[in-house]
Amino acid sequence: MSTNGFASSLSLCNQSASTNRYAGGVFTIFFRVAAVTKKMASLDRVKVLVLGDSGVGKSSLVHLLCQNQVLGNPSWTVGCSVDVRVQDYKEGTPDEKTYYIELWDVGGSIGSASSVKSTRAVFYNSVNGIMLVHDLTNKKSSQNLYRWSLEALNKDSSPTGVIVSNGDYDREQFAENPVPLLLIGTKFDQIPENKRSEVLTRTAFLSEDFNAEEINLDCTNPRYLAAGTSNAVKLSRFFDKVIEKRYFTRDPSQMTGFTDRKRFNFKSLHYD
Amino acid sequence: MSFVVDSVIMFTSQVLFFGFGWLFFMRQLFKDYEVRQYIVQVVFSITFAFSCTMFELIIFEILGALSSSSRYFHWKFNLYVILLVLIFVVPFYIGYFVVSNIRLLQRQKLLFACMVWFTFMYFFWKLGDPFPILSPKHGILSIEQLISRVGVIGVTLMALLSGFGAVNCPYTYMSYFLRNVTDSDILALERRLLQTMDMIVSKKKRIAMTRRQMYQRGEDQNKQTGFWGMIKSVTSTQTGSENLSLIQQEVDALEELSRQLFLETVDLQATKERIEYSKTFQGKYFNFLGYFFSIYCVWKIFMVKFWSQHISFILVGIIIVTSIRGLLITLTKFFYAISSSKSSNVIVLVLAQIMGMYFVSSVLLMRMSMPLEYRSIVTEVLGELQFNFYHRWFDVIFLVSALSSILFLYLAHKQAPEKHMTL
Repeated sequence: MSTNGFASSLSLCNQSASTNRYAGGVFTIFFRVAAVTKKMASLDRVKVLVLGDSGVGKSSLVHLLCQNQVLGNPSWTVGCSVDVRVQDYKEGTPDEKTYYIELWDVGGSIGSASSVKSTRAVFYNSVNGIMLVHDLTNKKSSQNLYRWSLEALNKDSSPTGVIVSNGDYDREQFAENPVPLLLIGTKFDQIPENKRSEVLTRTAFLSEDFNAEEINLDCTNPRYLAAGTSNAVKLSRFFDKVIEKRYFTRDPSQMTGFTDRKRFNFKSLHYD
Repeated sequence: MSFVVDSVIMFTSQVLFFGFGWLFFMRQLFKDYEVRQYIVQVVFSITFAFSCTMFELIIFEILGALSSSSRYFHWKFNLYVILLVLIFVVPFYIGYFVVSNIRLLQRQKLLFACMVWFTFMYFFWKLGDPFPILSPKHGILSIEQLISRVGVIGVTLMALLSGFGAVNCPYTYMSYFLRNVTDSDILALERRLLQTMDMIVSKKKRIAMTRRQMYQRGEDQNKQTGFWGMIKSVTSTQTGSENLSLIQQEVDALEELSRQLFLETVDLQATKERIEYSKTFQGKYFNFLGYFFSIYCVWKIFMVKFWSQHISFILVGIIIVTSIRGLLITLTKFFYAISSSKSSNVIVLVLAQIMGMYFVSSVLLMRMSMPLEYRSIVTEVLGELQFNFYHRWFDVIFLVSALSSILFLYLAHKQAPEKHMTL
């Protein structure tokens, strides 16, 4: 069943034996092309993870941010889906430069089987920013964000880095976290008017815990991110911060601070 | 006097089962969701409690605990309650929650829910026609009518699940079938996955860049006038959009590939974990059990005659416990796979319905495994149903399900080694 999909993706004949042989040949070509594109891509790579529970609206959000359109037919994300956002760094100033930000939308739930978690960990390498997405109508999805952030940030270390984490949330870790975080609450329109202040207070506590800005929106309505709104400003600020940390912050004095604590692997600041 | 004592015992055990169902709901099923409608949790726990009580009554029957008149009373009472819940309460609430999710029908929720319930009752009644489950002397509103139909649905479900379980259980746990997976296999797959993602990223960057250029050129184009300007604009946008659709097709193919690679990697990781687990003491114990139960399953498939009724009683006990546990685990996995915050209520109620019907028909079928002297109570309580029909129907569906599972697993197993051919 899965080999059929493989064959159709290469648009070849259906005989499995010849498919595999051809696939071998095609893949050696892919390897070489991939090696070259990898070098080229890594020169300008800015990688932002989009994490959150199943069904909160990550795919809709990524589609909205990258295509400036509402996603018509959301479906389950299997594995990881990537999209690219064109961001003008320092827009309107003479330093303006265009960057391509990769948004990696990792699917799945926090309670997945350990085999899924270990496979997912492959996507968490060399991350430059994390967007934590939660559903405003579902408190559990907000609570699970602590576990999501720990899963992603702990994996961000190489095996040689020393990670001090017993799996529990530790506010200090987030206060000096080198990876910028952004908190996004979805399905804002589904909250009745009288409950809004209560929900916003709760998310304010959440953003304090993560030491991150927060945005509350509805992924099916582009007006929440229209130019000039406070949401759009916070979003650009986040992306600018991510780009700055990626390219412009290589201050040695800052790095010694992290090595003293030995909390996070600052190798993420190096380029692969 | 003894009746009061017995009733107190039964009531206490029912409260215990209710509490267990409540905890299971909160800790396992709904641990990622908010419980907003407590009625769902109550209905689920009630269904679970009364289903477990039925099994308890069978055990009491065999052990001879409690006086027989109070046992009979509690059987009848339990049966009426559970039929009431399975046929009236749960379907109505399923209809109600489905209707609540649909925005158009918000106004007249109750009315539409009643309509859904009547449709359900119609099909439920019609279910009895093709099956020879009743003798003509039963009236239209007798309890046998209801039980027989519930029995058909439940028995089909049980046979399907047992058939699949009988084949899948040995396949999963016996080390003979475990493919050999090394760390380097997994690393190689992960590397391929990441390379595919990199290719997708670079192609999407090209699409974004081309789109941006087209957009910017589009603005300039409005300024271009004259004959040559028009020709230039037509040709450049055409090649631009043709290129885009070509790259987009490549991206779609690569995304499909990345999904498959992801699933294969998960599969390999799961196999590796299973291999590691089989080396532990617990794993070895379950492996042995797996061999034991696969022999039992094979024996069931070939329908060898029972030679000792006491062994069958022990097996009845084991079957009850493992089938409850197995059902709860399967329901949980199913629930995680398909639910979302909108549909979670509906799915839990559907699961409660399945669970209730499954347990009622277990009682029906268990009659076959029980020693002769205990079958009378079941026959007395459930009325004169054509029990032989149910046994035969179970065997047929079990056979069909087991054979199709064997075929399915054989195909899946065949395909697996080809996937991991090294380049």
